[in-house]
Amino acid sequence: MSLWESARIAIRGLRGNTLRSALTMLGIIIGVAAVIVLVAFGNGLQTYVAGAFGPLANQIQITKDQQVTGAKDLTDADVRALRSPSRTPAVAAVNPSVSGAASIQLAGGGQVRTSLTGTEADYLEVANRELVVGSFFDAQQATNKAKVVVLGPNPVATLFGGQAGEALGEQVRIGRTTFRVIGVLAGNGQQDDIAVMPLGAARSYLLGGGDVVSSITVRAVSPEVVPQALEQVQAVLDQRHGIREPQDRDFSATALQSLLDQFSQVLTIVTIFVAGVAGISLLVGSIGVANIMLVTVTERTREIGIRKAIGARYRAILQQFLIEAMVLSGVGGIIGILLGIGLSLGAGAVLGQLVDEFPAPAVSVGSVVLAFGVSLVIGLLAGGFPANRAARMRPIDALRHQ
Amino acid sequence: MIELEHVSKVYSTGAVSLRALDDVTLRIGNGELVAVMGPSGSGKSTMMNILGCLDVPSEGSYLLDGEPVAGLSENRLADVRSRKIGFVFQSFNLLPRTSAIRNVELPMVYAGTSNRRRRAQQALERVGLGDRTDHQPNQLSGGQQQRVAVARALVTDPAMILADEPTGNLDTTSTVDVMNLFVELNEAGRTIVLITHEPEVAEFAQRVVTLRDGRIVGDERR
Repeated sequence: MSLWESARIAIRGLRGNTLRSALTMLGIIIGVAAVIVLVAFGNGLQTYVAGAFGPLANQIQITKDQQVTGAKDLTDADVRALRSPSRTPAVAAVNPSVSGAASIQLAGGGQVRTSLTGTEADYLEVANRELVVGSFFDAQQATNKAKVVVLGPNPVATLFGGQAGEALGEQVRIGRTTFRVIGVLAGNGQQDDIAVMPLGAARSYLLGGGDVVSSITVRAVSPEVVPQALEQVQAVLDQRHGIREPQDRDFSATALQSLLDQFSQVLTIVTIFVAGVAGISLLVGSIGVANIMLVTVTERTREIGIRKAIGARYRAILQQFLIEAMVLSGVGGIIGILLGIGLSLGAGAVLGQLVDEFPAPAVSVGSVVLAFGVSLVIGLLAGGFPANRAARMRPIDALRHQ
Repeated sequence: MIELEHVSKVYSTGAVSLRALDDVTLRIGNGELVAVMGPSGSGKSTMMNILGCLDVPSEGSYLLDGEPVAGLSENRLADVRSRKIGFVFQSFNLLPRTSAIRNVELPMVYAGTSNRRRRAQQALERVGLGDRTDHQPNQLSGGQQQRVAVARALVTDPAMILADEPTGNLDTTSTVDVMNLFVELNEAGRTIVLITHEPEVAEFAQRVVTLRDGRIVGDERR
């Protein structure tokens, strides 16, 4: 009795009750598909987060610690010290900024209050932002305290009805000075209520404040050397501010990487949790297979008796029913994989159309292999017990069964 | 040759034990057509189970075709059934939703015989159903189903065909058809053992063994 013969008999057995076989498979199909789809969405989200925040991974944010009494302000001298390559070799760029609030007025009427940032020419790169139209000020303009401004989407919406093209080149009054709009920032959902201008211009015409800076953004040479860069930054500032013990620091220097790591860890946990919930439906599906195999064995006791009477050995009956269970869960698993991949791609495409920047789900090979493996093992286990029961039956008892 | 020597079968359920067969000695030679008769409870079914290697005796020995059968494992018994015995049951016991020819092929599948399709076709022609090979059991009359069962029993060329009340579910015409088929097969040299309680069926046999209370009370040749 070859495996091939057993398989043929098993498949004939399944085809004898097509509807029941299909319904049993449905449990496995849904379970496998759910695992694949949910893991794919989780993966997509993680990739999206890594893509969106990845550029921030080599940044260190430095601000004055307001909780320390008598804390020294961060100043231009601090910035110059941080820019010294011999003392901070792991640092690629240092970007100071001042911030405040200001009212922007249009000559033809219209006014909006917004937050104001004075910074340097590499702001776009450091803040990971883009322009919709126009250009940013260059290093020359920054040094010359040029009276130019780049507006965020919110002031443009209020003053120009959202028409970025109309804003470009317009003169606006901020405080008592007239500035030319040279660019419009793309929205990032967090800092859209903003106007950006050269650091010097902001100090001279609007905010004052001498040589004080509100925050310094430091970019490490690469994400890998962020810890070294952080140590070097702390060493420079400790020395300049006369700090001996880390707990006495009057500034805070935070690597965004550690926040990102925590965030991505949370996402991983959420993905595993959601996949676990999907795994429960796979478990329920497998109980369905076990249940149907038990019913099948009971219902076909007489058939088992006939087969044994005419010479089927233990192994032949065991193989037949095991293969039936494996085919149910295996075919269910394959259909589930196809459905899962199809749903992931399809839902990704549809949601990508409906929701801006929807993270595209990424089917993970691991989840496919795992789901299929689990469904096969389930077939083996769920079929094993009933199959063994069938194969152990004594032919006279089985034949007497009505 | 079928040789039962001092065979007993005792069923015990707790304190109660039942001696279904009591010291039975019986020899059936090759080419015989034997009917085993007796009222219900006489031990006919037990006899049939032991002769058919579906069960093993509690005491005594059983030689089938020169091979000792008593005390074999389930798997060895399955092999003996596969090679040496063809069964015909009262309720036909064909696999449902399975064509006649596939039913006849089945014992050869388990025995690993080659040329199954051709041999099954020949067996069905032998019982006069060469034109019904693709019919499923529910498309056949009772008599036809029993002839498919006979074809299934003889297709492996067994040492003995064992028929348990083979006409119990058949009308008179089909009974005569099936019994004539057994007589033909017997005339061609087959050993056939019939278990029955119908005297008119026993009429077809050359030898009638009568059981009562687990003992042989008559062994009559005609």
